[in-house]
Formats: sequence, C-alpha cells, structure tokens
Amino acid sequence: MGKVIVVTSGKGGVGKTTSTAALGAALAQRNEKVVVVDFDVGLRNLDLVMGAERRVVYDMVNVIQGDAKLPQALIRDKRLETLFLLPASQTRDKDALTPEGVEWIVGELKKYFDWIICDSPAGIERGATLAMRHADMAVVVTNPEVSSVRDSDRIIGLLDAKTLKAERGERMEKHLLLTRYDANRAERGDMLKVDDVLDILSIPLIGIIPESTDVLKASNVGAPVTLADARSAPALAYFDAARRLAGETLPITIPGDKRSLLGKIFGRKAA
Amino acid sequence: MVNTFFIKMTKVLTDAPTIRIKGRSFLAVVLSPDLPLDEWLVRLDDLAARSAGFFLGRPVVLDVTDLAIDKLQLAELVAGLGQRNVRIMGIEGARPSMLGPGMPPLLKGGRPVSEMEQPPTEAAPTEPKQHPKKATAQEAGSQPQSIVINEPIRSGQSVIFPEGDVTVVGSVASGAEIIAGGSVHIYGALRGRVMAGSVGNSGARIFCRKMEAELLAIDGIYQMAEDMAPALRGQAVQLWLEGDMIMAETLS
Repeated sequence: MGKVIVVTSGKGGVGKTTSTAALGAALAQRNEKVVVVDFDVGLRNLDLVMGAERRVVYDMVNVIQGDAKLPQALIRDKRLETLFLLPASQTRDKDALTPEGVEWIVGELKKYFDWIICDSPAGIERGATLAMRHADMAVVVTNPEVSSVRDSDRIIGLLDAKTLKAERGERMEKHLLLTRYDANRAERGDMLKVDDVLDILSIPLIGIIPESTDVLKASNVGAPVTLADARSAPALAYFDAARRLAGETLPITIPGDKRSLLGKIFGRKAA
Repeated sequence: MVNTFFIKMTKVLTDAPTIRIKGRSFLAVVLSPDLPLDEWLVRLDDLAARSAGFFLGRPVVLDVTDLAIDKLQLAELVAGLGQRNVRIMGIEGARPSMLGPGMPPLLKGGRPVSEMEQPPTEAAPTEPKQHPKKATAQEAGSQPQSIVINEPIRSGQSVIFPEGDVTVVGSVASGAEIIAGGSVHIYGALRGRVMAGSVGNSGARIFCRKMEAELLAIDGIYQMAEDMAPALRGQAVQLWLEGDMIMAETLS
C-alpha cells in the first residue's frame, strides 16, 4: 500500500505546489511509483508546474462524478516513467469534492502507487481539509516569516484534529519544509532564523530550500526543479528532503552555512 | 524571584472603571430535531402539552448537526419554535452561511452532560435525547480539578477548562487561547492569550517559562501585550491579581 503525503501550509504562495512537484519528481527518480494529486479545484496550478497543462482531458472531479475512469484522468510524465499527475478541475469549485469521492480515489491510488502526494490548496476550508483527510504524513511548507509560521501552526493543529489518523487516535507524522530561505536576510534579521521557526512550530525539519531563481525558472518551463536543473541548490535540497521522507537519516545543512559559491558571492556583497 | 514589577494598567483603565470580561458556563437544553420537521414539531407540541412551560426560562440550543436542511428551512424552524414560545439562544452544527442576520448565533464546543430528566411520559419517548441535566455539586466534586496537556497549543486552538487548573507542557502559540477556572501553568513559551480564574477566582495565577503573551486576564481583569512591562518579555514570569491590578514578577 502506498503512502499518502499531504503538502500543506495554510498560507498561499509559500511553495506548496512547487514542493509537491519537486518532491514527486525526486521520489520518482528513485524508481518509485509516484502520483501527485492537485486538490486546488478551481485554481489548479500543479499541471503547469509539471508541464502537463496541454494534456489534461479528465480531472479528479470527473472521476468523482463518474464521468471518467481513474486511469483516464492520470497523466504520465513525459520525462519520468514512474511519475503521474491527477489534475484538479479548473471550471469547478471546492464543493465539487465530496468526502466519499476523495476517500475512494485515495484508496484506489494507494493500490497502484508507492507515494500519493496531495497538493493542498491554501486556507483551512473544504479543499484543504479534504486534502489532508487521508494522509499518513504531512509536509508543512513554511516561509521564514511570522504570518506563514502562524498559519502553519494553525494547520498543524488541524492535522492533529481533523484527519482520519487523528480521529483514530494515531499520531500524524508531520515534517517541516522551510522554503525560500535566505541565509543573509536571516542573518540581518529581515527573516526568521531556522531555530526561531523550529522553536515555534516544534515539528521535525525535513529540509531547507534556499531562495533561488532556479525555482521560478523551472516553474516557467513547466518542470519540477528536481528535473529542470538537478544540480541546482534548491534541487539538491529537495532531493535530500525526499530521501528523509523515504526514511533515510541525513544531517540537515542550513543554506549559507556551507558557503556555496552562490552564498559566497552574495555574502561578500552583503558585507 | 529577582524583580518585582508592578504593572500599571493603562491610564484609561485606571481612571475609568475597568471592564470585566469573564467566562461563565450555563447549562442549556439542546433540541436536536429530526426530519420531517413538521412531524417533529407535532411531537414537540405533544411534550409541551404534557408539561407546560418546560422550556420556559431555560436557555435552549438548537442542534442541527447532520440535519439536511437549508437556510430557509432553518429560519422557518426557528420561527416555528418561536411561535411555541421556545426561544432559541444559539444554533449548533449549522454552517455559518445558514445563519443570516436576525438568526441566533452559532455555538461551538458544547460538551454533553448526562441526560436531563424529562417530564413524565406514558407514550414512548420520542423526544430528542440530548437534554443536558444540571450538574450537581457532587458531580462537580468528582470531576478532575486540573488537566495536563502534553502538547503545544497551536494557533486557532482553544482550551476551555472552567473546572480548574490547566498545565501545558509545551508552548501556547500566537492565536491560541486558554481559558481556565483556576490557574494556568505553561512550561514553554506563552505567545497566545490566557484567561485564568475565568469563573470568578481572583486567587488564580498564570505561570509561564517565556512571556510573549498577546493578552492575559485573571478573574476578568485583562491586560494587552502592549500594556505589559517590556522587561517581562521573554522572561519566566508569574502573574497574579491584587485588587483590580495584575501584578507580575520574574521567576528565577
């Protein structure tokens, strides 16, 4: 049976979709069968980031309403054999998702895939609660700034209350993915530091993704950053995060501490 | 204990009479209608005929959880109950969109109490089951007087424990709140709001390892973050009430 991961944050624009695509592609490169599922009905984006927007015929709502079979809605990635996308509907809203429909779809996907990565919409309403409902573990995407941290805290509370796992009295495994981290700005105090965020959220850290133009570049060409430029700093950080998701123990490096070439250049500039 | 800070209320608060905000719990009768509503109302009339004034002077809450009705039907139901002199003070389990202006407010976080005694019935009991019963002093005595929470309190969560003390082994996040009848102990950072002694206990205290609270209150006397002495920020602190003033000192 596959593992269901929800990528969630509460706040919008922090990098949920980017992270879903990057982690999905990173796991698929380990030759594991991965499906990334877009729960953002009405405001879908994952198809764009995956570069599959012109191949969407059926979507999750079609499957829930019985207009299409699940395999018809799944889109196989052109670059990775083991990576699939289940797109959301753009013409509907979140009310088109029913709890029973989502439960059935997740149940079916678990039979065929090793990883089901659910890209949650922002907010704490229906779409977000349905995306997290069947998760085995959660990746909480947070930017190092106060509003994102507080929203993440709220989401962690919901993960511990409104998911099936929580209702069965089990513990939801939660991991913090800190995105758009800029070591120099954190040093100057413009951004929260890693320790500050960990202190507030008190869940284990799965990775720190440095702020980088590579991420935007990858999105614009329609490729997960772990496929577009596998040797870029954010891609390496996502690869490590994926390995930690898969259960490996790796030391976490805070970008900037290691003084990468990029860090050196910027570090001098700032000094 | 190193320093004692006497936290002055702001000028406004000392000159004008302070505003007391307290928590208080009331027992309400909860009516849980079932469909079809007209049949249910007939059964309600039947009950009212047997014991006139059953609902008189009691706070009544309407529980519509799992009841498939829309906004209009809900309004009609409330009006129908009004005609029977049953005044609804709150609605539980409704979507906010179902409650327009003029409707009773949405209630949340109700806890069930053991069944309430009903007026004598000969016929099969067709009444809703969720009648709470007045908790007797004895029952209250057997309840735990303190709770310990081993997890951080997250933003948006509230812990309401009018029966006594609350201890949190962890932090209380910004946007979280604790309302306790007794004292509140936080073994972590307090970033949210805490109301201790909420049911009229002026001896209640607040303790925390790291003071970064948004709002504090003891026995209804409250204080906002900006009125607190800056030297207390980030410190381990205890707070208590002397008269109408919240006092604080750091713990060493």
